[in-house]
Amino acid sequence: MSFFEMQAPDGAIRACYAEVKRWIDETGIEGLHRRMDEAEAIFRRIGITFAVYGEGGDPERLIPFDLLPRVFSRLEWQRLEQGIRQRAQALNAFLYDVYHRGEILRAGHIPQELVYLNPAFRPEMLGFDPPGRVYSHIVGIDIVRTGPEAFEVLEDNCRTPSGVSYMLENREIMTRMFPGLFAKGLVTPVDNYPALLLKTLKEVAPPACKGDPVVVLLTPGSLNSAYYEHSFLADLMGIELVEPMDLFVENDRVWKKTTAGPRLVDVIYRRIDDDYLDPLAFRPDSLLGVPGLFHAYRAGGVTLCSAPGAGIADDKAIYVYVPEMIRFYLGEEPILANIPTWQCGDAEGLAYVLAHLGELVAKEVHGSGGYGMLIGPHATKAEIAAYADRIRANPGGFIAQPTLELSTVPTLGETAVVQRHADFRPFCLVGEQMRLVPGGLTRVALTEGSLVVNSSQGGGVKDTWVLRS
Amino acid sequence: MLSRTAANLFWMARYLERAESTARLITMGQRMAVLPGSAYRDEWRSVLRVTGCESFHTGGGPVTEEDVVRILLLDPDNPASIQSCLVRARANGRSVRTKLTQEMWEALNLSWRRFEGYDVGQARAELPTLIDWVKTRACVFRGAAETGMMRHAGHDFMRIGGAIERAQMTLRLLDVKYYVLLPETDVVGGGRDHYQWTSVLHALSGSRAYHHVYGGVHTPANISDFLMINRTFPRSVAYCVDQMRSHLERLAMEHGTLATCHKTVDEIFELLLNGQDGAIFQRGLHESVQLCLKLTNRLADEIADSYYF
Repeated sequence: MSFFEMQAPDGAIRACYAEVKRWIDETGIEGLHRRMDEAEAIFRRIGITFAVYGEGGDPERLIPFDLLPRVFSRLEWQRLEQGIRQRAQALNAFLYDVYHRGEILRAGHIPQELVYLNPAFRPEMLGFDPPGRVYSHIVGIDIVRTGPEAFEVLEDNCRTPSGVSYMLENREIMTRMFPGLFAKGLVTPVDNYPALLLKTLKEVAPPACKGDPVVVLLTPGSLNSAYYEHSFLADLMGIELVEPMDLFVENDRVWKKTTAGPRLVDVIYRRIDDDYLDPLAFRPDSLLGVPGLFHAYRAGGVTLCSAPGAGIADDKAIYVYVPEMIRFYLGEEPILANIPTWQCGDAEGLAYVLAHLGELVAKEVHGSGGYGMLIGPHATKAEIAAYADRIRANPGGFIAQPTLELSTVPTLGETAVVQRHADFRPFCLVGEQMRLVPGGLTRVALTEGSLVVNSSQGGGVKDTWVLRS
Repeated sequence: MLSRTAANLFWMARYLERAESTARLITMGQRMAVLPGSAYRDEWRSVLRVTGCESFHTGGGPVTEEDVVRILLLDPDNPASIQSCLVRARANGRSVRTKLTQEMWEALNLSWRRFEGYDVGQARAELPTLIDWVKTRACVFRGAAETGMMRHAGHDFMRIGGAIERAQMTLRLLDVKYYVLLPETDVVGGGRDHYQWTSVLHALSGSRAYHHVYGGVHTPANISDFLMINRTFPRSVAYCVDQMRSHLERLAMEHGTLATCHKTVDEIFELLLNGQDGAIFQRGLHESVQLCLKLTNRLADEIADSYYF
């Protein structure tokens, strides 16, 4: 039995959901459906869309929005917040370490080859001190819940986690459509996120920057699946949204091409993968990118957020060692637990996984977005056999975890409020200090019983409330 | 402002204006084609010709309304079709999403795929509605910009793009008339010629305004004066050139420098100034129209050069 966040098994409504429940009863299912249609029309008109790779069809599909908020109590949030900050701090400490002396590896806590032979590791970053020693300025941590007190980290996102625009827009839509729900001031606002993000980005200005740092958001372009989010964030921060072709490097400084000629850029919040940042430093065959960008970065002429190579910290093979990192760098016990994980790369793990594949969730180490994973209990025998072959062919490329009893949240069904599995992605900002808005993105699997919440796999989103008291 | 942003805003406005212009052209073609004897004159071909789309009409014989609707309204492969223009206007707008207001974006984004998969027969049956719809989209967009958009350089580039396209549209419409029938010097003597000249006014929503300026008589000289030289009618070439000048001036102030495009726009302005009192008509309307088209094209190129597009 999954833990239902709204209602105890005996039928009692959990205290933090009292307001939501009252509103559901008052509005009625039909009323909610009507409002849902309105919400969808607003989303469509605004143009909040999410392109799905490899599925064909509408290139600008709407991500489904569920009207019923997910609620955390003040106490629940306090614990989450501590755990998230702790994790974000440890991940950045780890990044600094592996690109310097590698103490944690020397101490034998993490196998060296797992780091140094990892494709996400960027030897180009060795010995370089990024401003403030921050590598991952926006850490998105995916958290699942399995019981009233049990929060576990599913994975970390240290590169360029997306989804924060949904957090902001979902709240915006809810406030616009149901002002009464928020009138009592029960819910902590999240709308200062863009201001905090800008503050964070300015705090890590490069040594060469004089005066107020010029920050830009670098997007691959309007065909990228997260383009809406890029333009949305640039807009709310009041900064320029640039594409690689708008930038060039001269004398180790980065310039943007404007109608009045070149203008300096200090900090780049980049939403482009490492590989495509700079064809001179990374993939030479890339047509994207700004030649010389990485050199300018190392010379202190510009700051890249996140730092190239930050991905080594969120690699699925490294994930297992995050609790170890917390102990090693911070001398603390992890507040948020990891999910037990078997690494197919070691013989013991492989044997266990192959013997129990039907009960496990197996993932590619370098995969993301819910692609290339196997959910054992939901797979056919043939699928399991085929996946086992893939694991045997390249054991190091896979990990497996138990199939979790993910908690469920109230979701609007055809005729009633139904239970659907959800996860949670808060966004921790790391600059001179750490900042966290009370909220995040709740993703919900809209199919009954489904455990896959990724928007690329038909998951939806909902507003997430953190109560004031 | 990023050069690319300037380019996107400039082209967004041009494509949207072009969609509307093409819609107006189709209306005019329709009016002309229903006149007696038009089957022999191939009015529809002249519509294709002035939009540079004649090559899309394959096979011999006269060009029909069906051809024009297919080529100028629906064809996604024809870069000048209304469908392509709307898609491109939106694509340009989408890549400078942060420079548009919410309302402007909504105006661009609403039903931008309306013509996808539309069948020619259905489009012909609904033609007046569709044409109106295109015009309304452009109006809503302009209206949203009017009261919501920041008056930064981006606004200037957008207005200039729109003004260039609108001027060129008026020039092309005048040229359709030229292709259909060489201009006559006398008072328009009723019948077809009268209708053809008044169709040009109609297509530009200028019939009433024309009467206010010139009284009830339609003469080719007055009509061309109205559409080329008059500085109060917003679709006249002179009005559009005034707009380009004032926005280019603002850009020059903001950037602190004049460029070649500023010379060219003055050149066009002079040309029109010297065409007053029927002079432009006496000198040869077609030649003047062609010269203006050439100069406005050059202007667009020079703007792109001057501002590093």
